[in-house]
Amino acid sequence: MTQQRNQWPLYEVFIRARSGLEHKHVGSIHAADASMAIEHARDVYTRRQEGVSIWVVRSADIVASDPADADALFEPAKDKIYRHPTFYEIPDEVKNL
Amino acid sequence: MTPAMSYQLTVGDTSLILAQRLGEWIGHAPALEEDLALANIALDLLGQARYLLSHAAQLQGSGSEDDLAFLRDPQDFLNLSLVEQPNGDFGQTIVRQFLVDAWQLELFERLQQSSEPKLAELAAKAIKETRYHFRFSSGWVVRLGDGTEESHRRVQTALDALWRFTHEMFVASPAEQEAAALGIAPDPASLAADWSRRIDEVLKEATLKRPADVAYAWHGKRGQHSEHLSRLLAEMQFMQRTYPGAQW
Repeated sequence: MTQQRNQWPLYEVFIRARSGLEHKHVGSIHAADASMAIEHARDVYTRRQEGVSIWVVRSADIVASDPADADALFEPAKDKIYRHPTFYEIPDEVKNL
Repeated sequence: MTPAMSYQLTVGDTSLILAQRLGEWIGHAPALEEDLALANIALDLLGQARYLLSHAAQLQGSGSEDDLAFLRDPQDFLNLSLVEQPNGDFGQTIVRQFLVDAWQLELFERLQQSSEPKLAELAAKAIKETRYHFRFSSGWVVRLGDGTEESHRRVQTALDALWRFTHEMFVASPAEQEAAALGIAPDPASLAADWSRRIDEVLKEATLKRPADVAYAWHGKRGQHSEHLSRLLAEMQFMQRTYPGAQW
């Protein structure tokens, strides 16, 4: 990703909504450095009590799969429905599955 | 007006006027993220003001927080002169915020021991907000001070321009004297050393020069204000003055 000289670097923001839940990607913000990124993420994404923890990571540091590879990467899984656990009967005693 | 009431107006009006000033940035800040940050701080301050003004109205026995905010004249406002100073550039807004945040930190720390339960309750809540405000403003003071030549010059200019208003924080107004005697509030002078130390730490990191103390003639806490407050109130109070009791 190219960086424009007149803009702060882009950071991706991940918020943990409650203790015990995982951090989820919520969006991105611009900031001059990591500590400013945390503050900006706090100000932009946690105004309505959305979270208890914030991660930020430079967007440039994220390695993404190439959309052009989607066929090769994801198509092969399509005809393998047996990989879903829906073929198993869940005993009534098991809750919260 | 009882000492408790006028003291709550001193603290509450300071938060209210600063909130209004910060609100002027909405839609104009250098970046969307800063726009939201300033608005968030303004809303925290407005919350403090609402709490204190509604309690002051209760003590008064008539009227409401809205009456106190929107129907008082400039000379009845008891805020620090510092908070009514114009926004200037972003650096000046940040310096003003930084000086006030540091003062509020010391104040709310001590107000938690107030003999007035409402004030102690407010201080316990507001100190958490203020810690974040100070983190934000002091972070920016360092960035700008220790930034480029231009940002350093601008923020030093702002500091030199606003420094003269800080002395008022530590000189007790009649209301503060009475409040301190009753155990409602700390003696303003007792905040000075810790405030000063806090400020110096940040200025050092920001490579900024602490201005010399100058003779002081600002008495916002006694209701003597600059023309800036009248203009701010003209805008803030316009709706309520033009359409009294309007609802929508």
